Amino acid sequence: MLKFLIQRSLQNVLLLWVVSMIGFAVLYLAPGGPLAQFALVPGMSQEQLLKIAEQMGLNRPIHEQYWEWFTRLASGDWGHSYRDGQPVLWIIGSHLLATLELMGTSSIIAVIVGVWVGVLGAIKRYSLFDYLATIGAMIALSIPTFWFGLITIYVFSVKLGILPPGNMYTIGNGSFWDYVHHLIAPSLVLGLVTVALWSRYMRSSMLDVINQDYIRTARAKGVPERQVLTRHAMRNALLPMITVAGLQLPTLLSGALVTETIFTWPGMGRLFLDSLSYRDYPVVMGILVLSAVLVLIGNLLADILYAVADPRIRMN
Amino acid sequence: MSHSATTDQLITAGEPTLQRNRAIDRFMRHKLAVAGIAMIVFLVLVCFVGPYLLPFDDLFIDIRHRFAPPFVSVHVLGTDPLGRDHLARLMMAGRISLTIGFAAMIMAVCLGTVIGAVAGYYGGVIGAVLMRFVDAMLCFPSIFLILAIAAFIHPGVISITIIIALTSWMEVARVVEAQIKSLRERDFAVAAELMGGSDRYIIFRELLPNAIGPIVVAATLNVANAILMESYISFLGYGIQPPTPSWGNMLNNAQQYLQKAPWLAMFPGLAITIAVTSFNFIGDGLRDALDPRLDH
Repeated sequence: MLKFLIQRSLQNVLLLWVVSMIGFAVLYLAPGGPLAQFALVPGMSQEQLLKIAEQMGLNRPIHEQYWEWFTRLASGDWGHSYRDGQPVLWIIGSHLLATLELMGTSSIIAVIVGVWVGVLGAIKRYSLFDYLATIGAMIALSIPTFWFGLITIYVFSVKLGILPPGNMYTIGNGSFWDYVHHLIAPSLVLGLVTVALWSRYMRSSMLDVINQDYIRTARAKGVPERQVLTRHAMRNALLPMITVAGLQLPTLLSGALVTETIFTWPGMGRLFLDSLSYRDYPVVMGILVLSAVLVLIGNLLADILYAVADPRIRMN
Repeated sequence: MSHSATTDQLITAGEPTLQRNRAIDRFMRHKLAVAGIAMIVFLVLVCFVGPYLLPFDDLFIDIRHRFAPPFVSVHVLGTDPLGRDHLARLMMAGRISLTIGFAAMIMAVCLGTVIGAVAGYYGGVIGAVLMRFVDAMLCFPSIFLILAIAAFIHPGVISITIIIALTSWMEVARVVEAQIKSLRERDFAVAAELMGGSDRYIIFRELLPNAIGPIVVAATLNVANAILMESYISFLGYGIQPPTPSWGNMLNNAQQYLQKAPWLAMFPGLAITIAVTSFNFIGDGLRDALDPRLDH
């Protein structure tokens, strides 16, 4: 197990390094590069631009610049926002929790519904329910999140008036129930895509398990069918879902960005878009790198958890 | 359109006739996939031929009939805040969105195939470096990466297509790498190598044709993804810029008129959903048809 842990951690450190290089490349190799935001300032002369370039060390070799950028990143100095001068990490940190709350809530809903639909679909394979669930999941994966969000707002806020169209709290009301009331619509919208993924993966995982010999043995022993399905089949079918949870992280983060924008949820995704429109590159780059790091950590955790839960994985 | 392309590629794959027909049979039995193809053909025809049949230009401003609701006047799907015909704009937007979807897919498949093939064929350090690059790229949530790049450049149809392609080739690369890696150990590949075939000959003439099935499946799903990505970034304001319509930026304008003119938000979203669902169904059908081992 220790060997597995060390091996995986080393792999991920290597991957983190490649991720940082891509982040650096996006910032520095894109047209205009890090100077782009200064070039837009009215009245900026070419000489001033050159001076700024020198101050920022842009005339030095690219690998030196990268190394400096990387060491600062690694030591937690992610620069300061152009907008209000706050440290980038602090700004992101103050928005991260809202995103995690949204992603967490939607994931809980998605897992419960998705696992249920997937298991039922596998048990009643090729039934009307299975057929409708498969088509439904396909369509759910194809609906643009922002459009689904707009429809949700139109139906539940504009027409029925039972859910707030956005924000985290009603102004002047900071109660927990008010917060929950605001969380319902965005988490359902964000959950739509992941619930489809969960149900499809759960269905195929359950189908894999259900045809195994030990399930037949359990049935032959006279274990009640319900118990065979829950205790024997579902428990094992759920194991690969740990990996699925890790793999879904990029989708979930992308979805959160869109959902937060539609519902003006004060999270990291909305901060990213706000920063883009202000050309606040330190924050943009910070969120870009951080989102990749979050995905990396999520996948590593999923790997380790899976290895803990299923000893067969550690062997190869 | 997609269908004939698939058939052609299957024929060039040089598999025995019996098996080829079986693949087509299996595909045709997948009702949703066939419906998907019909839907895409219909959408392409409507978007590329339709505008010639309409009495309105997509840029014609009929200010007296602004905010006309759908299904009541000569403006079949209503008009927008400037009085432009919604159906005409929807068709022109469809041209842009579908074209970007196809073009980005072709670029992404070429890029992914080359990188995957090189990584799978040579393996070793080259393969490891390339595949770690693929892994690292997959760590970035695609919308964050696309938006960060799109904000730097002047957004246009071509640049947006390139950005989408540059951020969506990784799945293809993974598929191709895995295929090439296993195929190159097979007898026919070893024979070609012993006969003195160049690396390029072996990769493109011997190995890739045998990996065409999974590539076609990945390519189909890639079109769906590219259309979706274009709509996301155009909706968020960093993609196709008005007055050029795309399904995504039509929804961007629709958001502020949600209460007054909900149909403006209804139809473009429906068009995206139908197009993306169709490609996903086709991809699903192709997977079932081309990979007999997967029986589900």
